[in-house]
Amino acid sequence: MLDRIARAQHTIDEACRKLAQQITIMEVCGTHTVSIFRSGIRSTLPERLKLLSGPGCPVCVTDQGYIDTVLELADRDDCIIATYGDMIRVPGSDGSLEVRASNGNVKVVLSSEDALQLARENPGKTVVFIAVGFETTTPASAVAVKEAAEEGIANFCILSGHKLVLPAMRALLNGMNDHIDAFLCPGHVSTIIGWGAFAEIVNEYHRPCVVAGFEPVQIIEGLAEICRQLVAGKPELASVYKAVVTEKGNAAAQQIVAECFEPVDGYWRGLGKIEKSTLALREQYGPFDAFRRFGLEDKPGKENRGCRCGEVLCGLIEPIQCPLFGTRCTVDKPVGPCMVSSEGTCAAWFKYGRRK
Amino acid sequence: MTATNPERILLAHGGGGRLSSQLIREHIVPKFRNEALSELGDSAHLRLPSSDICFTTDSYVVKPLFFRGGDIGKLAVCGTVNDLAVSGARPVALSLALIIEEGFEFELLDRILHSASEAAQRNHVTVVTGDTKTVEHGSADGLFINTAGIGVRLPNVNLGLDTVEVGDKILLSGTIGDHGMTIVSQREGIGFESPLESDCAGLAELTCALFENVPGIRFMRDPTRGGLAATLNEIVEGSRQSVEIDERAIRVRPAVQAAADMLGFDVLNAANEGKLVAVVSPDAADQCLSVCREHPLGREANIIGEIVQTRHVPLVELKTKIGGRRIVQMPYGRELPRIC
Amino acid sequence: MCLAVPARIIELEGDRAVVDAMGNRWKAKTTLLPDARLGDVVLVHAGFAIALVDEEEAKRTWELFAEIENVEKTANRVSG
Repeated sequence: MLDRIARAQHTIDEACRKLAQQITIMEVCGTHTVSIFRSGIRSTLPERLKLLSGPGCPVCVTDQGYIDTVLELADRDDCIIATYGDMIRVPGSDGSLEVRASNGNVKVVLSSEDALQLARENPGKTVVFIAVGFETTTPASAVAVKEAAEEGIANFCILSGHKLVLPAMRALLNGMNDHIDAFLCPGHVSTIIGWGAFAEIVNEYHRPCVVAGFEPVQIIEGLAEICRQLVAGKPELASVYKAVVTEKGNAAAQQIVAECFEPVDGYWRGLGKIEKSTLALREQYGPFDAFRRFGLEDKPGKENRGCRCGEVLCGLIEPIQCPLFGTRCTVDKPVGPCMVSSEGTCAAWFKYGRRK
Repeated sequence: MTATNPERILLAHGGGGRLSSQLIREHIVPKFRNEALSELGDSAHLRLPSSDICFTTDSYVVKPLFFRGGDIGKLAVCGTVNDLAVSGARPVALSLALIIEEGFEFELLDRILHSASEAAQRNHVTVVTGDTKTVEHGSADGLFINTAGIGVRLPNVNLGLDTVEVGDKILLSGTIGDHGMTIVSQREGIGFESPLESDCAGLAELTCALFENVPGIRFMRDPTRGGLAATLNEIVEGSRQSVEIDERAIRVRPAVQAAADMLGFDVLNAANEGKLVAVVSPDAADQCLSVCREHPLGREANIIGEIVQTRHVPLVELKTKIGGRRIVQMPYGRELPRIC
Repeated sequence: MCLAVPARIIELEGDRAVVDAMGNRWKAKTTLLPDARLGDVVLVHAGFAIALVDEEEAKRTWELFAEIENVEKTANRVSG
């Protein structure tokens, strides 16, 4: 593996020399941000290659309003909140789920199936599954909803905060941040949507799009492929994650998601309202939709003062440029989700990159 | 179940009366077989060879109570033995205090006491005194244990983070993450079948061998809660020096790594209950390593890094497998399974 | 945005599977991979198998996976 890495690093170094200008590559996916830091790749890249973190951290882009809604539900006696561990520490306007967990209403689950099982075991309460995540995770929610419908598990519902990657990428290129030369595309989202899904970014916006996995060798080879394309001046669609990603993706997963969800306009922290970017449960699955069930609105919340997570998420600033970073906003006392989320850019910088 | 031979703990077993007496005489004392304990005085009288003593205490609240490779009883003895061991002391005596939930099964209590007794014997320590209390159902998660330990400081031991110097080497006695990931694999809600086993073991024999044969050991600690990451950060905080470690030198069992990958956990933050980290002078490093490797608990010991010159602020830096660098922070204190 | 790891299907009944990753056995559902078979290596995310894994490519992708042949030899048992 080490010689493959060396060869890829050589390609990257050569490209940076040839191109003689700054190259800005956005890693769309939060897991890429963390992997890049943890494996020390950042420290091996040439100065000229700037890696920007993007809006690919589902917890980070979840609007404050959604988080406050989760906390309201957690305060109810008739609800059990079932959530992936990622959401536990995200700060809302008034505390986090971690603080609420002491009343026993909040359970960390590894799978939507576990949430469904909680509903079966607790007929006296309503289990609300906090359904966040991008295309990789959405199918799991869809399966749980379908099973609930088939079995008639009436005390199960989901609060859908599922988002779509491509609308965010388009929103960025359409004006929020077009200083992006290429995209390192999310490997696991691509197992579902297929590497072919990024064709519009290549064809309409002429940016190279390379899908990569999360091992260091994958990321470096992905970056090398991007550099190769930039030197050739020909943006292309490519994938180095040959072990699991195909052009068309997972048809069964796409189908079940389409059956249960429909894309609607949604609020993203930092990016504002993006058209058809969020998934809502379809009418026929209404009974399992926590928004409908509890009469909740998906509205934007007020963000914490001074928090610049939005600009970080668009790649407009680096975490160290936020005045709160490392001072008022730390991993122990996070102000915004970028610092809390295991994948948040600020958390990654704080945990793996701070040297001063 | 009869009043004279109950199957489960009753509140009365902690009341100091007949049932308490029965619990102590029939279940506890026979397992630990020693004069001091059998006297059942209000305190144990010890005659020690020196007045240079180390004294420590720890409470054990592990869940589940039984795990592959051990149980709370073994852990309570080994954990306290290890605190004494890494302080440069030969452990001599322990106290054993039990807080037992009403309704706890005697069969389980006996198993735990038996483990504790075995661990004490294997580590050449005596449980000389103890206490039992019972609490109402729901107050103690089954069983909590506290052990306090006394050890006699070995000669020529001079430990302290203020003695640490640039160039000192850092030794790790074996694989990391075994205990932490084993516990997780058996925890309700996360549980999965696994070949993983806790590394729970008493290190006194190994540490005595090190202190008796290797001069130049500056500091030693067992990386329990918070894992290797916490211990290295404690070294940095206490010595105000920087640490550089090599990821390739840190040994992790494939099953431990695979379990951590599945849950999104960091093995550097995972608990270890049978490992030590030592900071040693560069001249002593090789000898330290060979003494370690001669012992069954140190066969996979390795030099994982060294103390380096601080550039801006003292910190722990990791040289990664691909030759890059990143910082290792003090862990938050709680790992949660994640999907992102 | 996604943690997913490769694991081999060692039990399969309907869409309920048990997968093995270095000896750790996890429950996973194959609802999203109706063509998955016993013995296949799949990518597991949040309790679901989401993609089939090409084993040859897997060895070139995951360092841990490449060690799979060595796992039996590397005793997972604790020494001492």
